[in-house]
Amino acid sequence: IENLHDVFPGNETKLGMSRGVPEPKLTAVDAMIDKLTGAIFVFQLVVVIVLGIAGNVWKETEAIKINSILISGFVMAHRPKQWYVRYPPEGQWYELLIIPLRFELLCSIMIPISIKVSLDLVKSLYAKFIDWDIEMYDPESGTSSHAANTAISEDLGQVEYILTDKTGTLTENRMIFRRCCISGIFYGNESGDALKDVDLQNAVFTGSPDVIRFLSIMAICNTVVPTKSKSGTISYKAQSQDEDALVNAAAHLHVTLASKSGNIIVINYNGSNIQYELLDTLEFTSDRKRMSVVVRDCQNGKVILMSKGADEAILPYSFPGQHTKIFCEAVEQYAQLGLRTLCLAWRELMEDEYREWSLMFKEANSTLWRLAEVCQRLEHNLEILGVTAIEDHLQDGVPETIEMLRKAGMYFWMLTGDKQSTAIQIALSCNFISPEPKGQLLLIDGKTEDEVFRSLERVLLTMRITTAEHKEVAFVIDGWALEIALKHHRKAFTELAILSRTALCCRVTPSQKAQVLQSSLAMLHGLRYGCWVQLVELLKSCDYRTLAIGDGGNDVRMIQQADIGVGISGREGLQAARAADYSIGSNINQYFIAEFRFLTRLILVHGRYSYNRTAFLSQYSFYKSLLICFIQILFSFISGVSGTSLFNSVSLMAYNVFYTSIPVMVSVLDKDLSEKTVMQHPQILFYCQAGRLLNPSTFAGWFGRSLYHAIVVFVISMHAYANEKSEMEEVAMVALSGCIWLQAFVVALETNSFTILQHLAIWGNLAAFYIINWILSALPASGMYTIMFRLCRQPTYWLTMLLITVAGMGPVLALKYFRYTYTPSKINILQQAERLGGPILSLGNIEPQSRSFEKEVSPLSITLPKNRNPVYEPLLSDSPNSTRRSLGTVTPFDFFQSSSRLSSNYSRDYKTN
Amino acid sequence: SKFTQQELPACKPILTPKWVITAFTIVGIIFIPIGIASLSASNDVVEIVDRYETACIPEDSSGSKDAKIRFIQGNSSKTCNRTLTVPKHMKNPIYVYYQLDNFYQNHRRYVKSRNDQQLRSNDSASETDGCKPEAEANGQPIVPCGLIAWSLFNDTYNFQKNNAQLAVKKKGISWKSDRDHKFGKDVYPKNFQQGSLIGGASLNESYPLSDQEDLIVWMRTAALPTFRKLYGKIEVDLEANDVIQVTLENRYNTYSFNGKKKLVLSTTTWLGGKNDFLGIAYLAVGGLCLFLALSFTGIYFVKPR
Repeated sequence: IENLHDVFPGNETKLGMSRGVPEPKLTAVDAMIDKLTGAIFVFQLVVVIVLGIAGNVWKETEAIKINSILISGFVMAHRPKQWYVRYPPEGQWYELLIIPLRFELLCSIMIPISIKVSLDLVKSLYAKFIDWDIEMYDPESGTSSHAANTAISEDLGQVEYILTDKTGTLTENRMIFRRCCISGIFYGNESGDALKDVDLQNAVFTGSPDVIRFLSIMAICNTVVPTKSKSGTISYKAQSQDEDALVNAAAHLHVTLASKSGNIIVINYNGSNIQYELLDTLEFTSDRKRMSVVVRDCQNGKVILMSKGADEAILPYSFPGQHTKIFCEAVEQYAQLGLRTLCLAWRELMEDEYREWSLMFKEANSTLWRLAEVCQRLEHNLEILGVTAIEDHLQDGVPETIEMLRKAGMYFWMLTGDKQSTAIQIALSCNFISPEPKGQLLLIDGKTEDEVFRSLERVLLTMRITTAEHKEVAFVIDGWALEIALKHHRKAFTELAILSRTALCCRVTPSQKAQVLQSSLAMLHGLRYGCWVQLVELLKSCDYRTLAIGDGGNDVRMIQQADIGVGISGREGLQAARAADYSIGSNINQYFIAEFRFLTRLILVHGRYSYNRTAFLSQYSFYKSLLICFIQILFSFISGVSGTSLFNSVSLMAYNVFYTSIPVMVSVLDKDLSEKTVMQHPQILFYCQAGRLLNPSTFAGWFGRSLYHAIVVFVISMHAYANEKSEMEEVAMVALSGCIWLQAFVVALETNSFTILQHLAIWGNLAAFYIINWILSALPASGMYTIMFRLCRQPTYWLTMLLITVAGMGPVLALKYFRYTYTPSKINILQQAERLGGPILSLGNIEPQSRSFEKEVSPLSITLPKNRNPVYEPLLSDSPNSTRRSLGTVTPFDFFQSSSRLSSNYSRDYKTN
Repeated sequence: SKFTQQELPACKPILTPKWVITAFTIVGIIFIPIGIASLSASNDVVEIVDRYETACIPEDSSGSKDAKIRFIQGNSSKTCNRTLTVPKHMKNPIYVYYQLDNFYQNHRRYVKSRNDQQLRSNDSASETDGCKPEAEANGQPIVPCGLIAWSLFNDTYNFQKNNAQLAVKKKGISWKSDRDHKFGKDVYPKNFQQGSLIGGASLNESYPLSDQEDLIVWMRTAALPTFRKLYGKIEVDLEANDVIQVTLENRYNTYSFNGKKKLVLSTTTWLGGKNDFLGIAYLAVGGLCLFLALSFTGIYFVKPR
């Protein structure tokens, strides 16, 4: 019944409405870039104000103030110090603004406008790489992956929480009828396949009435449409995979749904046709959790009610006196095996009763008023016939995928509409949780708020204690408790969510149903999805990046709400409906993959590379803009703080558009580690999750580098071209070429893997710089006529370039080498292992270290396991454990400080709620 | 394709100690000879620098800055005699420069104050955009307009060796490209230095701008506040201990801004004039690279990682 969400819902349906308007999303990287841009803007303002004031002071003292009182009688009277500048002695007040405005113009290039364009370009390339990836192509269904939103690939690499739907996401959503229990007799228990059970076949053959009735309900009580092809074979079109499985199973057992024409349903049993007249259909809703049909047996005219539904929706309505215990046991047993169960029941209706009810039903049906209540009137005193058990096969590689992503530091939440025991079973089978004694499963439930709260507290306490041990703790929460927890105990629940690496949310139990219905939210959204959306919001409010993965319409809102939505689009037949589902107003944040197992590659390979590349590209863009800007600022100190631009406008424009933007573009091909290494060491994703490669402290490094390079270029070119060589245009070109040389080597140094394209772009760009400038120098009309030819003939020029390059890159290389060798990050270690072929050494020490921090965490430090704040750490200590290690060795004094810092972190997390 | 799968064959260098130490060593080994070569080239240059702005003020005017300014703006004779001794053999051509100091030719207001179109052709003689406040005088456009031209340096030097005139060639001191393309052959100075304030030198109105090489040199603005500009070339060798008498007209006002004025005679080498910077920088960087290579090696042996 789960599968009803494969039906395409219109926009006016509950589901369609609940989809909501997706808000545009900003990736964490973009947010960080915006923050840095803001900081640079403030810096720019400060520079403009300071230099503006300095400029006016210079002007006032040097160029306006008359430096001596001259005795009258001389022809040339008053002259200020720097007389040749000829400032008018008295100006308007607004002339004070001229110099600051000139500096504003000079510094406007400090914020690289091109960064947005380059980022958009590379982001669309990331998306294309995802689309093109043949390793994420599912040959079975012929679907490749698709990135519907090109803007958020970096976020994939920074995911921390994965919320996954179960049906169709973890499972194949290909239902197979496996077992059944008819009138207390279990079939299929030995072979694991009821269809091959000899007992059942015999029962059908001998025509056991219970079995035949059971199979008839399987065949009739559904909305399946049979179509007969010319060759005589019958195929079924079902909205739900469960129904499809049931009808097919019945057909296999010789009770075939032959045709449905109008109200006449024809069942073929052992060659003879039995006709039923369909009177009413009591449709499935997620509240009722069952569906029924009322049919008239055309042979004897009897009116029969046939029901199928979830155990809690059927078993309580059995006729008094029937022993449902055996069915409860069956349901429990099947759930333990991870099978989906349905109970089948029937009742013969009195003609009068039906007629009376029928009138009510018609009225209710036409007004849609109290429909459920009217249905309820008929669905009681049922005779339970049996229980079916359907297997929903796990998709290929699901356990491995989950294991790998958990290693990569993901927090998993599984959301399912299944029973608790089924959910736990599935979770076990796909490595979600570990069996005792390694893992521990805690349960949060309760009927009332108080009970839920107490249960929550208890679990929280256990969790705090056990995090000190090396144990995988997970908790299970049912829908009702989740609702209460989210509503009334957000704080405690958030803490729990942060502590627990795994959580299962499963469906509500019947006793809670009445209360649940009172919740208006539940009415509006459909319970579980409303909660899930809230859950996503909760996680996001704590600054966690969430990824929601699902396959069907019901998950759309959750998928939209999460930072990243991933849709499974693999199963043929359903694909179109799903694609349609997603395409409606939701081009925001989605990726489509054919199977769940591709999630690993999507996150670890594409997400990670995208993050790394964007981190480099964006910081490099700032670096090169700052570089040229710092040179201008330095030049202003020797040009009377007047705001003279050293470079001509053509050079400035070309610097941003050509010279510096092309080489960095090919960094989209850069790979710091090979895909294989990343897959072997998924823990390395931590660097992306914690934002280690792009944060204020790495940015400070780039800022310092640009300042240093600016000083190198400026000092060297000004001194090498001093005295008689000190010609503006020439010096400007020397400084500019110095920048170009430096940036070529910066890109080269920061590139981890050189493909032919990288070489082309980096060195080709350098060559192109000279070609472009030779062309410009050949045009008599241009300001730099002959300049570049003159320079290139001078040995001084080439010596200057060499000096700038070595003086600029030497320290950078030395520093990088030193960090690389003596305080290597885990990435560096893996790089060394990968390229020098010494993998075993490093393989060992990554895992225990990254695990060790979990041990060191005291119960006090509630947010600490997730304290991934990457900022304000010294640049050198970028190993993932540095924060934790330092916490392990705190002195009493430190401890005080660090715990107060923790508590502030802690309160920050909740304040936002 | 390999591109779409991001599987292009790639070379993945890493910073191994061997690689880094080798790189630093090689750079050091290359840099030190270059440094020595540059330094010796710079040392080969024979340079005579004579600072004359204070010495060329008569005793009675040299008291205060005011007095100096009064002198330089007054009408009294500004002729001044200097004696230079050649320290070493100077091979021709010997370049004669004047060096100014604390003069901001790169000031934004100054550097923009010119009109290239007006300089290029007679057709646009009346174009004076951007030349303010030296655009017009007496209602007529100034050619060449602008502050740069207006403040043209006007000290003159006259050299004598053993009472014989030492010829200073003033032709060909500017860039050929400037003479040919930037300063028109049909553009003649007009209305120049006719305003109420006289800045610097006047121009001979019978020569086109392309022949006014002092102006062309001056209008190649300097990037630094200290700069040398070519005054002329002496095309004979000077022997060691030769005594050169310089008769100069000290007209240009650098006293307002406490600027120095220097007369420079210099030979050149493949590296240009005397400039120790490159040599010293190369030696320093090369030495530092070798030092880094050595210390990296040392550290590597003590603690491989």
